[in-house]
Amino acid sequence: MANQRRSRARPDPIGLRAATHDRLLIAVVAAMSFLAALAMAGNVATSTLAAHWLGGARHVLTIEVPDPGASVQAASRITRLDAVLTALRQQPALSGVRALSPAELGHLLKPWLGDARTSGDAGIALPGVIMAQGDTHPHAVAALRQELDQIAPGALVETGGGLAARLTTLTESLQASAAAILLIVAAVAASVVGVSVRAGLAQRREAIDIIHGLGARDRDIASPFAREIARQAGLGGLLGGLAALPVLLWLGRLAAGFALVPHSAAHGVGAMLADMPTLLWAGPVVLMLVAALIGWVVAQTTVLGWLRHLA
Amino acid sequence: MIRFFNAGLDYQRLAGERRSPGDADHTGLIDLSFTIESGGFRWLTGASGAGKTTLLKLMYLALPPTSGRIELLDSDPARLDRAGRALLRRRIGVVYQDFRLLNHLSAFDNVALPLRLARRKETQIHADVTELLRWVGLADRLAHRPEELSGGEQQRVAICRAVVGRPSLLLADEPTGNLDDEQAVRLLHLFMSLNQLGTTVIIASHNLSLIERYRAPVLELQHGRLVYHG
Repeated sequence: MANQRRSRARPDPIGLRAATHDRLLIAVVAAMSFLAALAMAGNVATSTLAAHWLGGARHVLTIEVPDPGASVQAASRITRLDAVLTALRQQPALSGVRALSPAELGHLLKPWLGDARTSGDAGIALPGVIMAQGDTHPHAVAALRQELDQIAPGALVETGGGLAARLTTLTESLQASAAAILLIVAAVAASVVGVSVRAGLAQRREAIDIIHGLGARDRDIASPFAREIARQAGLGGLLGGLAALPVLLWLGRLAAGFALVPHSAAHGVGAMLADMPTLLWAGPVVLMLVAALIGWVVAQTTVLGWLRHLA
Repeated sequence: MIRFFNAGLDYQRLAGERRSPGDADHTGLIDLSFTIESGGFRWLTGASGAGKTTLLKLMYLALPPTSGRIELLDSDPARLDRAGRALLRRRIGVVYQDFRLLNHLSAFDNVALPLRLARRKETQIHADVTELLRWVGLADRLAHRPEELSGGEQQRVAICRAVVGRPSLLLADEPTGNLDDEQAVRLLHLFMSLNQLGTTVIIASHNLSLIERYRAPVLELQHGRLVYHG
């Protein structure tokens, strides 16, 4: 009976299951995956924040109207601010045109002016401020400036274009850094797998020699090696990805206020998990698959190259 | 059919090509030409260091000739790709002088290896391997690992592994060295039976009494040269 069981369970002629360095490879790949998860999260966070910030800054126009309460003409009851508002609302390329209320303006300037403005005792003449969304192309903005200058001379039109350009540069450099880290981590993981495979080959040289002599094809030897290394690397990738999850949740919580993205009303771990981007949720699985793929490819290549030494 | 055409092996040249200096210490072969017909039987004799093991290595494709060429089982190994040479090796059974068993496998699994490489069905493997090991007196040693077996038992396992796939060519390097006379005779009968079924058998041996008892053509080597074939 025991012999029947023995014959039915495919044995392991190369002795891969008896490897002594399995845990080391799994641990190193897990550490690499942990770093990769952080880099991936950095990339995702940068993209999300940039999309959020740029989405706002890129299309925002701020129009300042000096002396907003003054009449447009001596006999007219229309103020400069109203005239500019009317002109802006007639622009088909603009939307969301609205003037900031004194309270909003006071809140905005509070860091510089304190409560002085809101209490009405400031001696500073503040401009009227109008916010709008629309075309911020330099030509369009220049045309708008010209038109508004005729209605309310001295009116200023500012865009978020400069800020958006700087944000874009910052985002791209952060994303490039994250991609470079991922590449370095993948290269280190591949090197570690390569070293581990070569150590495994050296350890099993005699067994491989014997099996080769019995008529095993190169793929008969390389495939079990690649499967075993892929299994170990995949396990390492999964463990590293899972270990990174709590850290990512914590970092995500820290960055939440920075992102100004609405979060779940509920509190606790469940809410935190719900707020995580899908890519990060899938991170451990993605890392497992990528690590397994790297392990499989490196093991196949290394073993097939090594077997060339045999006749 | 096995044919050697001025085949030679220069270990120093081979060591240079393979960058393995250890090979350079062995005895090479010089200008060997002979033919062994399919289903033939040969004793391979010669003093220690004459090149018997090296000649067997050429025949079981562990080494390529560095000069001349060889044909094995009607194939030119030099013209085959790696997969083709692997398939050719499956048709060759080898009993190594040092047995070369896998220590982490049982006697059963060691013998089953060639059949598993050939993708035979497990039920057939079980029947064939069990029967063969029973026949050589190892029925109660199936699950034992080589280190748990005596030298003679290990040799029998190695012989079983070489013959279990009913090879077209059987090469044996001192196969009876660790066996008592009774076992040696029994195994020679096994080799003879395989030979009568069409397997070409080549046995390297020092055992002159055995060679006298089982008369067959002899290949004799001296210092890497074939000095007698007949």
